Formats: sequence, structure tokens, C-alpha cells
Amino acid sequence: MVNLTIDDRQLRVEEESTVLQAARQLGIDIPTLCYHEAIEPYMACRVCIVEVTDERGRKLAPSCGYPVQEGMVVRTDTEEVLEARKVIVELLLARAPGVEKLKELADQLGVGRPRFKPDKDDERCILCGLCVRACQEIVGVSAINFLNRGPDRVVTTPFDMPSDVCIACGACVQVCPTGAITLDGADTLIHSELDLGPPKAIHVPFAQAVPNAPVIDALSCIHAKTGNCKVCDKFCEPGAINHDMEDESEEIEVGSIILATGFEPFDCSPLLQYGYGRMPNVITGLEFEMMSNAGGPTGGKILLEDGKPPTSVGILHCIGSRDENYNEYCSRVCCMYALKFAHLVREKTHGDVYEFYIDMRAFGKGYEEFYKRCLREDVIFIRGKGAEVTDVWETPDERGKLVIVCEDTLLGEVRRIGVDMVILATGLVPRKDAVDVGRLFSVSRSKDGFFLELHPKLAPISTASEGVFLAGTCQGPKDIPDSVAQGAAAAGAALSLSGAGVIYLEPIASVIDDKVCGGCKICISVCPYGAITFDDEKKVSVVTEVLCKGCGSCASGCPSGAARATHFADEQIFAEIDGALTEVT
Amino acid sequence: MADGFQPRIVGFLCRWCSYLGADLAGTGRLQYPPNVVPIRVMCSGRVDPSFVLQALADGADGVLIAGCHPGDCHYQVGNYRAVARYNLLMRMLEQFGIEKERVRLEWVSAAEGEKFASVVSDMTEQVRRLGPLNWAAVKQTVPAE
Repeated sequence: MVNLTIDDRQLRVEEESTVLQAARQLGIDIPTLCYHEAIEPYMACRVCIVEVTDERGRKLAPSCGYPVQEGMVVRTDTEEVLEARKVIVELLLARAPGVEKLKELADQLGVGRPRFKPDKDDERCILCGLCVRACQEIVGVSAINFLNRGPDRVVTTPFDMPSDVCIACGACVQVCPTGAITLDGADTLIHSELDLGPPKAIHVPFAQAVPNAPVIDALSCIHAKTGNCKVCDKFCEPGAINHDMEDESEEIEVGSIILATGFEPFDCSPLLQYGYGRMPNVITGLEFEMMSNAGGPTGGKILLEDGKPPTSVGILHCIGSRDENYNEYCSRVCCMYALKFAHLVREKTHGDVYEFYIDMRAFGKGYEEFYKRCLREDVIFIRGKGAEVTDVWETPDERGKLVIVCEDTLLGEVRRIGVDMVILATGLVPRKDAVDVGRLFSVSRSKDGFFLELHPKLAPISTASEGVFLAGTCQGPKDIPDSVAQGAAAAGAALSLSGAGVIYLEPIASVIDDKVCGGCKICISVCPYGAITFDDEKKVSVVTEVLCKGCGSCASGCPSGAARATHFADEQIFAEIDGALTEVT
Repeated sequence: MADGFQPRIVGFLCRWCSYLGADLAGTGRLQYPPNVVPIRVMCSGRVDPSFVLQALADGADGVLIAGCHPGDCHYQVGNYRAVARYNLLMRMLEQFGIEKERVRLEWVSAAEGEKFASVVSDMTEQVRRLGPLNWAAVKQTVPAE
């Protein structure tokens, strides 16, 4: 440990510390630009300059890279220090006049107008090299470096060409103190107010996530890509980060399975007439939900793309539902969520809300009452499906608006209504992988593509595969109370199987009569379960009853009639045929 | 053919798909001819060609075999076995001189009540046009033992 004095205050610090680190321990604020805790100091910007007195005498030195020494005396706020810092900032500001952070520093130090004329007005880079060092030390790829010398010096990629080694991690953008670097081609959503930006590699998955712990996204983590970085380790004091975790597949033996794989929102981009993806203020229900969420990108404010609140909002029902071109079924939840949106918009913006509906389906407990409440809140209901959303105006009133064209079936006329924002109440569709999941569990799907229950009324949670149950929207569109009820019922059904402790198998299995069996092994070749083995001693095929599922393929393949499907034996079927064809008089 | 002829068709329906499809046609109260008498089997792969021949010999005018769609078989591959046996059976029927249209293999899933109804309607109409199975003519083509 080393003892030193900073601004007349004594302290003990680790031997490898720098003066800047020691000062920060005391809470003394020294401005920095080219310094980053995770990167070796470079002392390029000189803004962190302080007065140091040690055995070699008194001098001004940048604190970020100056190692502490026993008995050292540091002063951070002498007139000389402040004057030197002022000149440094003035010079930097002269180079990069548009940088906010420099302007703030200049204001603090009382720089005023720089005496020097900038070379370029739009220069932001102060050549501190933090980005270069980040790319080298943290990312480990060295995609950027200094090019040229003297006044021509710039930070760029080799030969100023697109870099082969750059992994577009954005570390340089992140560390740059002046915002001189930007990342091109980052994904953005259509509505800029909904743009969450590219997520950081380490983030809490969403507000109120359970468990509420950050995760590392291996797709964007620099360590996962290059094996370097590990900056998060340096900042995480409890050492909670484990970089060696990998995906694991575990086999768990279970007695029953509940499929609760959910739905996907209808993709409305093929519905060109509504302009989704073309006009930024046309958004889907889920996007509106994101916007009105207090933890969302707008903090719960309803905003247009230009950041202003809308004065009128149109909500189009039945997008992708009750539409023979897409899905014939009713998605059940859209009417109610559209009413909720209307209520929220009225509450938050006091703007006009138009609901364009085919039929209002407020079918649940308290739902009709909520519809009535929205009517009282002066939501305007227009019966007729929205046909088109256009920004081509016909009257001056419509200029700058999104015009919803629809046939009002109560008035019997075509209407055009100009609004600022359009919300498409998109329906629910089966997940894309429902076919594969269904095959995996031998669960068939109904015409609409959702999983098929055993019986629509009497067995709405069971499937044709015993021990496989359904819960929620994977079985069909339904709202939260219905999903909860079905989930609880499925859990109950699964528990009652486990609780019994024994499984009653269907008594349908094949048997092979060893007195008749000729040992031709055809049955073994047709059995899909490997339930038939060959007894080499007796030269006959033998059925393992527990493995046999009773399909009877062996019985119909057996040339000698030795294989017999119990309950579906040849003579039983022949008797059935006989019975079926007997004339009833 | 004879007016008012009501063909008698035996339907072998797989327990997991087609039988449930027929059930769905019933719960959906779909209208279709009553000529197909369903016999439930565990799998279309259980349908021994001898069942079909026995049904025809016992006086059926047609036989419908219905199973799960390819890839959807509850027993993984039972319906593929059914296809193999069906194709062999068709060659045999041809040798007998029995019209191929009298025996049909169809895929009807548990969700396809409407398809089941339309298959039954279509097949009934087809067999009605063929008329009763003329066993006397068939027997002549089979050499006496």
C-alpha cells in the first residue's frame, strides 16, 4: 500500500493505482476524455492534468496514467492546473467545435470563445485514440488505427477501406467521448419512437423480468465472438459473471407433457392496403402495447413518429382475422384489446379515437360493461371494416393525415376519416413450428393450424396422444382468463395421472401364437416400435407387450395368421364386416 | 344404372385421424350419404387386404380405407404400410376384373370433418354410377379350381 496526499487529504491506495484512481476514491472530480476504466491509460487528451509533487520535484502531469508513489502530494485545483486545463480544452474545442461534452467542459472552466479558428466545422474526433485502444485491447481485432501524421492524422480502417476484421460490435462507438463514430446499418423499427436501438450484449431481458438478472447475448457479446473483452468482469464487484456457461441439453423423464407453446401475432406486412411498413404512424397492436407500457421506449407516452402526441387515432379491427383471404376464424382477443387501446388513448392524449369494427365481440365477464364505458368516453365506433389507409389527401382537411377509407354499414356510405395514427388490431395465428411440434408429440392440428383437442366440448385439454395436454393459445385463440383456466385444467389432468401412481394401458396389443408362427420375420420388419423380437431357440417371433402400441401392422402383414391384434383380430373384423353388410329388415 | 340403387360401402377408418374426422363430421352436423358403414381399426396399416376382399365377397359394393395424412401417422409409418398393401391389392382387383374405383384409399385427418363428408359423398356417387358389384361376372374370370 502507498500513502499519499491529495488536496490536503491523506489516503492509502493499492500500489498499482494511478493518481486518477486515488483521487476518485476520495470523490474528487477530475474530468477525463481519453480514459476508460477497462482500458490502459494513454494520456492523450491531457484534460485530467494535476499538479504532482514527489521526490523528483513539482510538475503538471496527466493523472490518468501517473502512478502513485509513497509520500506524493497531489493538488487538483490550483490556479496553474485550472489554467492549463482551460488551454487544453480550448485547443480541443477549436479542433472539434460541435462536441457537447467539450462545450460543457469549456463552460465549467470559463473558456469562452476559442481564440483559434477550426479547420473543419463538422470535426468531432479529438484523436484521443480511445477507440483504437478499445478495438485492440478489448475486442482484440484492431480494425481501426491512426492513419497519416501531423495535421492529416485521422482514425480509420486500414487504407480507409471497409474492414474485413471489424465485427461491428460497436465498442468504438460506445467508448468514443465525443460521439465521433457511428455504427451504420443498425436495425431500426419503422416508427422511430419505438426504436429501442440495438440491444447491448449484456442486458436485463425486459422490465420486470423474472429472475430480474441481466443476461449475456452470445450473438452480440464480444467475448463470445473473439474470446477477448471480459470488460464486464472488471465492473462486476461480486464476480457474478460466468463466461464459460454454454447451452446444455438435458433429458428429463416425465409422465405427461403439457403443450403451451402459444401463438404468433399475424404478420400484417402482406396487407399493403393498410400501409404498414410504408407509413411510420401505422403500427400494430403489439407495437402500441410496447409504446403504452410505462417501461417501454417512450415511457408510456403515446407519440407519433415526430415525437408529438396524436390528436386522433384510428383502430382497425379484424386484421388477418375473419378474413377469408387470411384466416377465417375470429381471434377473440382483438375487440377487447382494441377497446383497451381506445380507453388508453383517450386517457393519455384526450385525442379522438375511431374504432372500425365488423361486429363488437365483447363476450366475457365484465367485457360488455367495458364496451359501454368506452362508448361513454366518447370513443367513436364505426361499423365497417377499414378498407384502406392512405396518405393521399382529397380535401385540405386531410392534408398531412392518414386517411382511413371504409364503408360505414350503418350509414350505408363510404367514409374517409383523417387521423394521425392508425393501430392495426392484428389477430392471432399458430406458431410457424406448430407442424413440427405437432408431429413430435403426435398431436394433430385443426383446419386453422392450431393444435386439435380430443373433443371440442368433452375433452378440450386432452389430445389423441395419451398424456399430452394442451393449454392456452396453442390450441386456439383465447384471452388471458381462458388461458389461465385451461392451463390450470391441464396441470390438474397431468397431476391426476401422476397422483394415481399407476398407468392403465389400453389392453390393445398384438400377440403371436408360437404354435402357428413360421418365423418369416415379416412382422419384425413392419413393426414401427421394435416391439417384436425373434426367439432364436424356438424360431418364432415374440411380442414385447409393453413396447407394443397395438397398431396391428404385424397382424395384417402376417402370412400365416399367427400375429393377432387383440380386440381387432381378423375374425372380429370379419364379424363386423358381416354385421355391417347384413340387410336389416 | 338402377335408379334408387343404394350402394353399400364398408369404411375402414383409422382410430386416430379418420374416425375422429368422421366424428367431427357428425358433431358438425354435416349432411352426407349414409352408405358408408364405418369399421374402426387402430391404424390404416391394420387393414389386411383380405378384409377388403371379404367385404366385397360379403356383398359390399365398395370399400373405403381412410388413414392419417402421410407423416402424421400415430404409429409413425402405419399409413405407408397401408399404401404398399393398397397398391398390391389394386393389381389383384384388376386381375379379378373388379373396377378399381370401388376401393379407395384416402387421407382424412381428425380435423377434416368436411373432407370426410365430401369423400363419402363423392365415393357413394361414384359407386352408385358403377352399380352393384357383379360377382357373377367376376367369378367367370377367376379360373375354377
